[in-house]
Amino acid sequence: MDDGDRIFKALADPTRRHLLDRLFERDGRTLTELESELEMTRFGVMKHLRVLEDAGLVVTLRQGREKLHYLNPVPIRLIHDRWIDKYTEHRVAALADLKNELEESA
Amino acid sequence: MSTMTAQATQVYQLYIRATPEAIWDAITKPQFTQKYFYGVPVRVTPEAFDGSDSAQGSVLEFEPSRKLVHTWRALYDEEMAAEPESRVTWAIEPQEGGYSLLTVTHDQLDGSPKTAGSVAGVGWMMVLSGLKTLLETGKPLSD
Repeated sequence: MDDGDRIFKALADPTRRHLLDRLFERDGRTLTELESELEMTRFGVMKHLRVLEDAGLVVTLRQGREKLHYLNPVPIRLIHDRWIDKYTEHRVAALADLKNELEESA
Repeated sequence: MSTMTAQATQVYQLYIRATPEAIWDAITKPQFTQKYFYGVPVRVTPEAFDGSDSAQGSVLEFEPSRKLVHTWRALYDEEMAAEPESRVTWAIEPQEGGYSLLTVTHDQLDGSPKTAGSVAGVGWMMVLSGLKTLLETGKPLSD
């Protein structure tokens, strides 16, 4: 499996996307914190975090006795760069902004 | 752009097909940084991180080809320049097969929300994406 396969496989699961959403809101969270928001066993959450770590989407840092989880945005950016160049980016960003604005005011 | 508050600790990690020595040179020498760090010549010595009129800091740890820790004060914006200094850690770990793992941690941003917002999202991402492209292809990410 190459890096791209690992990233898409990691993202192809709603629980793992949910974990990334939690970390996007606020990262540096412990397993216990992440687990408390999911109806899932500690072991299950660990397994999902492991897949995210293997794909490079989550990075852990040790702080004392605690292991903190951080969202690593680089792999997603590299996927972005692969299909969206700097000229296309402005158009895509403008459309994404428009969509967000319309949906927020709806 | 997200309207959320940027994180006080930000972690960026990527694999680069390059030796730790080549990555170290690319981070610490102006002839390389000019090609990916928003055109800024950065010179790093055991004492100082000198990003000319864009960013400045003092060097806290200097272990060539392994680890660089320095403080960060953004000078490209007046409000950011007035915020407290934050800290940037570059860790390079060689991997089997000629790859290296680069982890950049920007922390101690708690009192510097403007700086945190600026370096999050596109900020570091553009630098690191450009660094990877430069080392792997010899060319800058964009002209």
